[in-house]
Amino acid sequence: MELLKGEKEAILKHTKEIFQEFEAKRENLIPILQEVQKRLGYLPRLAMQKIAEFLGIPPVDVFALATFYNQFRLNPPGKNEIKVCMGTACYMVGGKIALESFERRLNIKEGQTTPDREYSLERVACVGCCTLAPVVVVNEQIEGKVSPTRVDGIILSLQGEKSKEGEEANEDTKEKLKGEKQ
Amino acid sequence: MSREITITIDDKKIRTVEGKILLWVALANDIYIPHLCAIEGKDLPEASCRLCFVEIEGKNKPVTSCTQPVYDGMVVRTRTAKVDRLVKTAFELLLSDHRLGCASCPKNRNCELQRIAKERKLKLRHTRFKYLGRETAVDDSPDSFSFDPSRCVLCGQCIWADHEKAKVGAIGFARRGLGRTVATFNYESLKDSPCTECGLCVEACPVGALSFKKNT
Repeated sequence: MELLKGEKEAILKHTKEIFQEFEAKRENLIPILQEVQKRLGYLPRLAMQKIAEFLGIPPVDVFALATFYNQFRLNPPGKNEIKVCMGTACYMVGGKIALESFERRLNIKEGQTTPDREYSLERVACVGCCTLAPVVVVNEQIEGKVSPTRVDGIILSLQGEKSKEGEEANEDTKEKLKGEKQ
Repeated sequence: MSREITITIDDKKIRTVEGKILLWVALANDIYIPHLCAIEGKDLPEASCRLCFVEIEGKNKPVTSCTQPVYDGMVVRTRTAKVDRLVKTAFELLLSDHRLGCASCPKNRNCELQRIAKERKLKLRHTRFKYLGRETAVDDSPDSFSFDPSRCVLCGQCIWADHEKAKVGAIGFARRGLGRTVATFNYESLKDSPCTECGLCVEACPVGALSFKKNT
Protein backbone atom coordinates (compact mmCIF):
# COMPACT_ATOMS: atom_id res chain seq x y z
CA MET A 1 0.00 0.00 0.00
CA GLU A 2 1.47 3.28 -1.11
CA LEU A 3 1.53 6.05 1.43
CA LEU A 4 -0.50 9.16 0.75
CA LYS A 5 1.00 12.61 0.57
CA GLY A 6 2.00 13.72 4.05
CA GLU A 7 1.26 10.30 5.53
CA LYS A 8 4.92 9.46 6.02
CA GLU A 9 5.41 12.61 8.06
CA ALA A 10 2.31 11.81 10.13
CA ILE A 11 3.62 8.29 10.84
CA LEU A 12 7.01 9.59 11.91
CA LYS A 13 5.47 12.29 14.09
CA HIS A 14 3.01 10.00 15.84
CA THR A 15 5.46 7.15 16.44
CA LYS A 16 7.95 9.62 17.86
CA GLU A 17 5.33 10.96 20.26
CA ILE A 18 4.21 7.47 21.24
CA PHE A 19 7.77 6.32 21.95
CA GLN A 20 8.09 9.04 24.56
CA GLU A 21 5.27 7.46 26.55
CA PHE A 22 6.82 4.00 26.68
CA GLU A 23 9.98 2.35 27.93
CA ALA A 24 11.88 0.57 25.18
CA LYS A 25 10.95 -2.88 26.51
CA ARG A 26 9.66 -5.76 24.50
CA GLU A 27 6.61 -6.22 26.74
CA ASN A 28 5.41 -2.80 25.58
CA LEU A 29 5.08 -4.00 22.00
CA ILE A 30 1.34 -4.68 22.14
CA PRO A 31 0.40 -1.39 23.88
CA ILE A 32 2.56 0.52 21.37
CA LEU A 33 0.91 -1.22 18.41
CA GLN A 34 -2.52 -0.47 19.88
CA GLU A 35 -1.65 3.21 20.32
CA VAL A 36 -0.28 3.45 16.76
CA GLN A 37 -3.41 1.88 15.36
CA LYS A 38 -5.59 4.18 17.47
CA ARG A 39 -3.91 7.22 16.00
CA LEU A 40 -3.31 6.13 12.40
CA GLY A 41 -6.23 3.75 11.89
CA TYR A 42 -3.93 0.90 10.90
CA LEU A 43 -0.34 -0.32 11.20
CA PRO A 44 1.70 1.02 8.30
CA ARG A 45 4.86 -0.94 7.41
CA LEU A 46 6.98 2.11 8.17
CA ALA A 47 5.50 2.38 11.68
CA MET A 48 6.28 -1.30 12.35
CA GLN A 49 9.87 -0.76 11.25
CA LYS A 50 10.16 2.27 13.53
CA ILE A 51 8.74 0.29 16.46
CA ALA A 52 11.23 -2.52 15.84
CA GLU A 53 14.05 0.02 15.80
CA PHE A 54 12.79 1.57 19.03
CA LEU A 55 12.52 -1.75 20.87
CA GLY A 56 15.71 -3.17 19.38
CA ILE A 57 14.05 -6.26 17.93
CA PRO A 58 13.88 -7.54 14.33
CA PRO A 59 11.01 -6.00 12.30
CA VAL A 60 9.77 -9.51 11.53
CA ASP A 61 8.96 -9.98 15.24
CA VAL A 62 6.69 -6.92 15.16
CA PHE A 63 5.13 -8.21 11.95
CA ALA A 64 4.60 -11.66 13.52
CA LEU A 65 2.67 -10.17 16.41
CA ALA A 66 0.68 -7.75 14.27
CA THR A 67 -0.45 -10.58 11.99
CA PHE A 68 -1.25 -12.89 14.91
CA TYR A 69 -3.94 -10.74 16.55
CA ASN A 70 -7.14 -9.98 14.67
CA GLN A 71 -7.43 -6.57 16.34
CA PHE A 72 -4.53 -5.25 14.28
CA ARG A 73 -5.05 -4.25 10.67
CA LEU A 74 -2.21 -3.86 8.22
CA ASN A 75 -4.19 -2.00 5.59
CA PRO A 76 -5.75 1.44 5.96
CA PRO A 77 -9.51 1.63 6.40
CA GLY A 78 -11.19 2.64 3.14
CA LYS A 79 -13.59 5.57 2.80
CA ASN A 80 -16.26 2.90 2.50
CA GLU A 81 -15.81 0.10 4.99
CA ILE A 82 -17.43 -3.15 3.92
CA LYS A 83 -17.78 -5.90 6.51
CA VAL A 84 -19.11 -9.27 5.44
CA CYS A 85 -20.57 -11.41 8.20
CA MET A 86 -19.16 -14.90 8.50
CA GLY A 87 -21.20 -15.97 11.51
CA THR A 88 -22.73 -19.43 11.36
CA ALA A 89 -26.10 -18.38 9.91
CA CYS A 90 -24.59 -16.05 7.30
CA TYR A 91 -21.96 -18.59 6.36
CA MET A 92 -24.59 -21.27 5.85
CA VAL A 93 -26.74 -19.19 3.48
CA GLY A 94 -23.87 -17.97 1.35
CA GLY A 95 -21.90 -15.30 3.19
CA LYS A 96 -18.82 -16.69 1.49
CA ILE A 97 -20.42 -16.08 -1.92
CA ALA A 98 -21.12 -12.45 -0.96
CA LEU A 99 -17.54 -12.04 0.21
CA GLU A 100 -16.17 -13.54 -3.00
CA SER A 101 -18.42 -11.27 -5.07
CA PHE A 102 -17.00 -8.24 -3.28
CA GLU A 103 -13.47 -9.58 -3.77
CA ARG A 104 -14.05 -9.93 -7.51
CA ARG A 105 -15.84 -6.61 -7.93
CA LEU A 106 -13.32 -4.59 -5.92
CA ASN A 107 -10.36 -6.64 -7.12
CA ILE A 108 -8.99 -7.03 -3.58
CA LYS A 109 -8.85 -9.85 -1.08
CA GLU A 110 -10.52 -9.95 2.31
CA GLY A 111 -8.57 -7.75 4.75
CA GLN A 112 -7.31 -5.45 1.98
CA THR A 113 -8.04 -1.93 0.79
CA THR A 114 -8.37 -0.75 -2.80
CA PRO A 115 -5.30 1.22 -3.98
CA ASP A 116 -7.38 4.41 -4.19
CA ARG A 117 -8.45 3.80 -0.56
CA GLU A 118 -12.14 4.01 -1.50
CA TYR A 119 -13.09 0.56 -0.22
CA SER A 120 -11.83 -1.77 2.46
CA LEU A 121 -13.15 -5.29 2.81
CA GLU A 122 -13.14 -7.45 5.91
CA ARG A 123 -14.90 -10.40 7.42
CA VAL A 124 -16.55 -10.15 10.82
CA ALA A 125 -18.20 -12.59 13.17
CA CYS A 126 -21.91 -12.36 13.98
CA VAL A 127 -23.43 -8.86 13.69
CA GLY A 128 -26.54 -9.89 15.58
CA CYS A 129 -29.31 -10.01 12.97
CA CYS A 130 -29.16 -13.58 11.71
CA THR A 131 -32.71 -13.46 10.29
CA LEU A 132 -31.35 -11.16 7.59
CA ALA A 133 -28.55 -13.55 6.66
CA PRO A 134 -26.32 -13.20 4.75
CA VAL A 135 -25.54 -9.82 6.24
CA VAL A 136 -23.11 -7.16 5.03
CA VAL A 137 -22.36 -3.99 6.99
CA VAL A 138 -21.52 -1.05 4.77
CA ASN A 139 -20.38 2.04 6.65
CA GLU A 140 -22.30 0.96 9.78
CA GLN A 141 -25.41 0.40 7.63
CA ILE A 142 -26.87 -3.12 7.68
CA GLU A 143 -27.63 -4.79 4.36
CA GLY A 144 -29.66 -8.01 4.62
CA LYS A 145 -30.09 -11.00 2.31
CA VAL A 146 -27.09 -10.05 0.21
CA SER A 147 -26.96 -11.97 -3.05
CA PRO A 148 -24.24 -11.43 -5.67
CA THR A 149 -26.63 -9.14 -7.57
CA ARG A 150 -27.15 -7.11 -4.40
CA VAL A 151 -23.37 -6.82 -4.11
CA ASP A 152 -23.32 -5.09 -7.50
CA GLY A 153 -26.17 -2.86 -6.33
CA ILE A 154 -24.33 -1.88 -3.16
CA ILE A 155 -21.19 -0.97 -5.05
CA LEU A 156 -23.15 0.93 -7.69
CA SER A 157 -24.96 2.97 -5.03
CA LEU A 158 -21.65 3.75 -3.31
CA GLN A 159 -20.19 4.85 -6.64
CA GLY A 160 -23.34 6.88 -7.28
CA GLU A 161 -22.85 8.79 -4.03
CA LYS A 162 -19.33 9.46 -5.07
CA SER A 163 -20.20 10.71 -8.54
CA LYS A 164 -22.57 13.19 -6.93
CA GLU A 165 -19.51 14.60 -5.18
CA GLY A 166 -17.91 15.23 -8.53
CA GLU A 167 -17.92 13.45 -11.83
CA GLU A 168 -14.29 14.27 -12.52
CA ALA A 169 -12.95 12.78 -9.33
CA ASN A 170 -14.66 9.53 -10.20
CA GLU A 171 -13.05 9.43 -13.61
CA ASP A 172 -9.72 10.07 -11.99
CA THR A 173 -9.94 7.10 -9.68
CA LYS A 174 -11.13 4.87 -12.51
CA GLU A 175 -8.16 5.88 -14.58
CA LYS A 176 -5.96 5.34 -11.58
CA LEU A 177 -7.45 1.91 -10.94
CA LYS A 178 -6.83 0.99 -14.56
CA GLY A 179 -3.28 2.13 -14.22
CA GLU A 180 -2.74 0.08 -11.07
CA LYS A 181 -4.09 -3.03 -12.75
CA GLN A 182 -1.70 -2.68 -15.65
CA MET B 1 18.92 -28.05 41.65
CA SER B 2 22.11 -29.95 40.92
CA ARG B 3 21.22 -32.92 43.11
CA GLU B 4 21.99 -36.32 41.58
CA ILE B 5 18.86 -38.38 41.17
CA THR B 6 17.73 -41.65 39.64
CA ILE B 7 14.78 -41.95 37.30
CA THR B 8 13.33 -44.89 35.40
CA ILE B 9 12.44 -44.68 31.72
CA ASP B 10 10.96 -47.84 30.20
CA ASP B 11 12.49 -49.98 32.98
CA LYS B 12 15.92 -48.48 32.42
CA LYS B 13 17.48 -46.85 35.47
CA ILE B 14 19.12 -43.53 34.62
CA ARG B 15 21.25 -41.33 36.86
CA THR B 16 20.85 -37.67 36.08
CA VAL B 17 20.60 -34.23 37.63
CA GLU B 18 17.40 -32.88 39.14
CA GLY B 19 15.55 -30.26 37.14
CA LYS B 20 16.80 -31.31 33.70
CA ILE B 21 14.19 -31.63 30.99
CA LEU B 22 12.97 -35.20 30.55
CA LEU B 23 13.14 -35.21 26.74
CA TRP B 24 16.85 -34.38 26.67
CA VAL B 25 17.64 -36.87 29.44
CA ALA B 26 15.88 -39.63 27.50
CA LEU B 27 17.57 -38.75 24.21
CA ALA B 28 20.99 -38.60 25.87
CA ASN B 29 20.40 -42.14 27.11
CA ASP B 30 19.44 -43.55 23.71
CA ILE B 31 15.73 -43.62 24.41
CA TYR B 32 14.01 -42.11 21.39
CA ILE B 33 11.03 -39.85 21.90
CA PRO B 34 9.64 -38.21 18.73
CA HIS B 35 10.00 -34.45 18.73
CA LEU B 36 10.12 -31.59 16.23
CA CYS B 37 9.70 -28.26 17.99
CA ALA B 38 11.86 -28.86 21.08
CA ILE B 39 15.05 -26.79 21.23
CA GLU B 40 17.68 -27.49 23.84
CA GLY B 41 18.63 -24.25 25.53
CA LYS B 42 15.34 -22.49 24.92
CA ASP B 43 13.90 -21.31 28.22
CA LEU B 44 10.24 -21.67 27.38
CA PRO B 45 9.53 -24.75 25.27
CA GLU B 46 7.14 -24.23 22.38
CA ALA B 47 5.44 -27.61 23.05
CA SER B 48 3.51 -27.20 19.82
CA CYS B 49 4.31 -30.34 17.84
CA ARG B 50 2.58 -32.61 20.39
CA LEU B 51 4.78 -35.56 19.50
CA CYS B 52 6.89 -36.00 22.63
CA PHE B 53 4.16 -37.30 24.94
CA VAL B 54 5.09 -39.78 27.68
CA GLU B 55 3.26 -41.19 30.67
CA ILE B 56 4.56 -40.65 34.18
CA GLU B 57 3.48 -42.83 37.08
CA GLY B 58 1.28 -40.80 39.42
CA LYS B 59 -0.02 -38.46 36.72
CA ASN B 60 -3.36 -39.37 35.20
CA LYS B 61 -2.69 -37.78 31.81
CA PRO B 62 0.23 -38.06 29.40
CA VAL B 63 2.59 -35.07 29.49
CA THR B 64 4.89 -33.52 26.89
CA SER B 65 8.40 -34.54 27.84
CA CYS B 66 9.86 -31.28 26.49
CA THR B 67 8.15 -29.35 29.31
CA GLN B 68 8.69 -31.87 32.09
CA PRO B 69 11.60 -31.48 34.53
CA VAL B 70 12.90 -34.72 36.05
CA TYR B 71 12.62 -35.50 39.76
CA ASP B 72 13.90 -38.27 41.99
CA GLY B 73 12.14 -41.61 41.65
CA MET B 74 10.28 -40.60 38.49
CA VAL B 75 8.93 -43.56 36.52
CA VAL B 76 8.37 -42.85 32.83
CA ARG B 77 6.83 -44.90 30.05
CA THR B 78 7.41 -43.74 26.48
CA ARG B 79 5.06 -46.26 24.86
CA THR B 80 1.59 -46.77 26.25
CA ALA B 81 -1.78 -46.99 24.53
CA LYS B 82 -2.65 -43.42 25.53
CA VAL B 83 0.69 -42.02 24.36
CA ASP B 84 0.62 -43.88 21.07
CA ARG B 85 -2.87 -42.65 20.33
CA LEU B 86 -1.96 -39.01 21.00
CA VAL B 87 1.23 -39.21 18.96
CA LYS B 88 -0.53 -40.93 16.08
CA THR B 89 -3.19 -38.23 15.93
CA ALA B 90 -0.65 -35.41 16.17
CA PHE B 91 1.42 -37.03 13.43
CA GLU B 92 -1.59 -37.47 11.15
CA LEU B 93 -2.59 -33.85 11.69
CA LEU B 94 0.92 -32.71 10.81
CA LEU B 95 0.82 -34.79 7.63
CA SER B 96 -2.58 -33.36 6.66
CA ASP B 97 -0.79 -30.08 5.93
CA HIS B 98 2.46 -31.55 4.67
CA ARG B 99 3.04 -32.23 1.01
CA LEU B 100 4.31 -35.78 0.70
CA GLY B 101 6.06 -37.18 -2.32
CA CYS B 102 9.21 -38.12 -0.44
CA ALA B 103 10.90 -39.44 -3.57
CA SER B 104 11.14 -35.92 -4.98
CA CYS B 105 11.93 -34.27 -1.62
CA PRO B 106 15.47 -33.02 -1.04
CA LYS B 107 15.42 -34.37 2.52
CA ASN B 108 14.40 -37.91 1.52
CA ARG B 109 16.05 -40.44 3.91
CA ASN B 110 17.24 -37.61 6.10
CA CYS B 111 13.85 -36.44 7.29
CA GLU B 112 12.60 -36.27 10.85
CA LEU B 113 9.05 -37.19 9.79
CA GLN B 114 10.35 -40.32 8.10
CA ARG B 115 12.31 -41.17 11.23
CA ILE B 116 9.26 -40.75 13.46
CA ALA B 117 7.14 -42.84 11.09
CA LYS B 118 9.75 -45.60 11.16
CA GLU B 119 10.30 -45.55 14.93
CA ARG B 120 6.63 -45.50 15.79
CA LYS B 121 5.44 -47.59 12.85
CA LEU B 122 3.20 -44.82 11.55
CA LYS B 123 2.15 -44.50 7.94
CA LEU B 124 3.62 -41.74 5.82
CA ARG B 125 0.35 -41.35 4.03
CA HIS B 126 -2.76 -39.21 4.33
CA THR B 127 -5.13 -41.56 6.06
CA ARG B 128 -7.73 -40.30 8.53
CA PHE B 129 -7.26 -36.62 7.71
CA LYS B 130 -7.22 -35.73 4.07
CA TYR B 131 -4.47 -33.54 2.69
CA LEU B 132 -5.41 -29.86 2.83
CA GLY B 133 -3.31 -29.11 -0.24
CA ARG B 134 -3.26 -25.37 0.26
CA GLU B 135 -1.67 -23.25 -2.41
CA THR B 136 1.72 -21.99 -1.36
CA ALA B 137 4.57 -20.44 -3.26
CA VAL B 138 8.16 -21.64 -3.12
CA ASP B 139 10.64 -18.87 -2.38
CA ASP B 140 13.79 -19.67 -4.29
CA SER B 141 15.12 -16.13 -4.35
CA PRO B 142 18.26 -16.82 -2.25
CA ASP B 143 21.30 -18.01 -4.18
CA SER B 144 22.09 -20.97 -1.97
CA PHE B 145 18.77 -22.33 -0.72
CA SER B 146 15.02 -22.33 -1.22
CA PHE B 147 11.97 -22.42 1.04
CA ASP B 148 8.94 -24.57 0.28
CA PRO B 149 6.14 -23.79 2.79
CA SER B 150 4.12 -26.81 1.66
CA ARG B 151 6.66 -29.07 3.38
CA CYS B 152 6.99 -26.93 6.50
CA VAL B 153 5.90 -28.42 9.84
CA LEU B 154 6.06 -25.08 11.71
CA CYS B 155 8.50 -26.41 14.31
CA GLY B 156 10.30 -23.07 14.61
CA GLN B 157 13.82 -24.54 14.43
CA CYS B 158 14.76 -22.19 11.57
CA ILE B 159 13.48 -19.14 13.44
CA TRP B 160 15.50 -20.09 16.51
CA ALA B 161 18.61 -20.54 14.36
CA ASP B 162 17.97 -17.22 12.64
CA HIS B 163 17.33 -15.27 15.87
CA GLU B 164 19.62 -16.93 18.40
CA LYS B 165 22.46 -18.49 16.43
CA ALA B 166 22.82 -16.26 13.38
CA LYS B 167 21.44 -13.19 15.22
CA VAL B 168 19.92 -11.94 11.99
CA GLY B 169 16.16 -11.72 12.49
CA ALA B 170 15.01 -12.21 8.92
CA ILE B 171 12.26 -14.76 9.51
CA GLY B 172 9.46 -15.31 12.01
CA PHE B 173 6.01 -16.79 12.33
CA ALA B 174 3.22 -14.84 10.66
CA ARG B 175 -0.54 -15.15 11.19
CA ARG B 176 -2.08 -17.95 13.16
CA GLY B 177 -4.13 -21.11 13.02
CA LEU B 178 -4.07 -22.76 9.63
CA GLY B 179 -2.74 -19.52 8.14
CA ARG B 180 0.45 -19.73 10.21
CA THR B 181 3.58 -19.64 8.10
CA VAL B 182 7.25 -18.93 8.40
CA ALA B 183 7.59 -15.53 6.76
CA THR B 184 9.73 -12.46 6.40
CA PHE B 185 8.68 -8.92 7.24
CA ASN B 186 5.73 -8.01 5.02
CA TYR B 187 6.10 -11.37 3.17
CA GLU B 188 8.94 -9.97 1.09
CA SER B 189 11.19 -12.48 -0.63
CA LEU B 190 14.17 -13.77 1.34
CA LYS B 191 16.44 -12.00 -1.09
CA ASP B 192 14.94 -8.64 -0.09
CA SER B 193 14.95 -9.49 3.61
CA PRO B 194 17.90 -9.01 6.02
CA CYS B 195 18.79 -12.70 5.38
CA THR B 196 22.55 -13.19 5.06
CA GLU B 197 22.27 -16.71 3.62
CA CYS B 198 24.38 -18.12 6.42
CA GLY B 199 22.53 -21.40 5.96
CA LEU B 200 21.99 -22.09 9.67
CA CYS B 201 18.22 -22.20 9.25
CA VAL B 202 18.56 -24.70 6.41
CA GLU B 203 20.72 -26.93 8.59
CA ALA B 204 18.17 -26.64 11.40
CA CYS B 205 15.18 -27.64 9.26
CA PRO B 206 14.18 -31.23 10.19
CA VAL B 207 12.11 -31.70 7.02
CA GLY B 208 12.31 -30.65 3.39
CA ALA B 209 10.96 -27.10 3.75
CA LEU B 210 14.35 -25.39 3.70
CA SER B 211 16.90 -27.02 1.44
CA PHE B 212 20.16 -26.07 -0.17
CA LYS B 213 20.14 -25.69 -3.91
CA LYS B 214 22.12 -28.28 -5.78
CA ASN B 215 25.13 -26.89 -7.59
CA THR B 216 24.52 -27.34 -11.27
